[in-house]
Amino acid sequence: MREIVEDIERWRAAGHDVALARVVDLAGSGPRDPGAAMAVNDAGEVAGSVSGGCVEGAVVTEALDVLRTGSARMVTFGYSDDEAFAVGLTCGGTVHLFIEPLDW
Amino acid sequence: MTDRSPTAATALPVWSALRDALRAGHPVALATVVDGRGVGHKLLVGADPNDAPLGTLGDADLDRVVGRDLRAELAAGHTSVRHYGRQGQANQTDVEVFLEAFAPPPRMLIFGAVDFTAALARVAKVLGYRVTVCDAREVFATRARFPMADEVVVDWPHRLLASVGSHLGPADAVCVLTHDPKFDVPAIVGALATGVGYIGVMGSRHTHERRLERLAEEGVTDPADLGRLMAPIGLDIGARTPEETAIAVCAEIIALRTGRRAPSLRDGTGPIHA
Repeated sequence: MREIVEDIERWRAAGHDVALARVVDLAGSGPRDPGAAMAVNDAGEVAGSVSGGCVEGAVVTEALDVLRTGSARMVTFGYSDDEAFAVGLTCGGTVHLFIEPLDW
Repeated sequence: MTDRSPTAATALPVWSALRDALRAGHPVALATVVDGRGVGHKLLVGADPNDAPLGTLGDADLDRVVGRDLRAELAAGHTSVRHYGRQGQANQTDVEVFLEAFAPPPRMLIFGAVDFTAALARVAKVLGYRVTVCDAREVFATRARFPMADEVVVDWPHRLLASVGSHLGPADAVCVLTHDPKFDVPAIVGALATGVGYIGVMGSRHTHERRLERLAEEGVTDPADLGRLMAPIGLDIGARTPEETAIAVCAEIIALRTGRRAPSLRDGTGPIHA
């Protein structure tokens, strides 16, 4: 979180809405621990990361939807052989993210 | 999209308090309801139990129980997911809460304002350390030479350690780069008196042998004390430049913390440079 504070503040000062995604839980192997955070503003700009780059694209989509609807949500990304095109962690882990509007 | 006036930038009380604590490096912990009633609700606590928490999870009893757990997580530096009843009951799972502790950043004290200092300070900043550069020589210990450091102190190492030493713990590091017995012996003696997790000392094997004689004259002979010294400083990766040496030092700090086997220069023989 610490490393994305200044980006978030710059966006807020410019009048942007901001969504915050945080790793809440991790099962199996994953590159980032709980607490890893990523922020997305309403222009689609990104700060920070929640994985090694595997799920960030999908998180941006979810975060923009969170900003549009105003409702926070848990999102889970995992790897499955059955879903060749599904978003997941190539390292085989499952990551649980909480994505919310920064309105608190 | 919510319509927000320009003044809304100052109107987020929990975020503003979290932001200020993170900027100042103060310990703080944040609870967020991630499932169940009140998703998104927040409770923020600092380290001082006399300060009232900020925000609410929607129930006074739940706030009291989670506030207590948050302070415990903050003391331990843990981040976790916990389940509670709606009024904070244990063994119930109505509400899922994410408890996130933000410990203050670890500290690195670098003694000696030499060529290697700037590179080490830069790499330590990348790793999230709060970096203090200390040297008794006013001409060398200047802000202009070390703009990347959080603090540049003109003082004797043992005096700085006497004032901040009681705050140093296992996550913190002391790096003695002076390789001048006049400075490094008192720095080592001062660092050994603290609970700091890493003490690295620069210089060749020959320099360190002479340093050990000086330390013995100061009464430092306990093998447990001498065993804490990583000298020559850094992993044995053939580092030559200040930047490569900085990587070798920081990698050694990581390896010691995680308990992984990586070859330290201290545990080898022969010349330390590639």
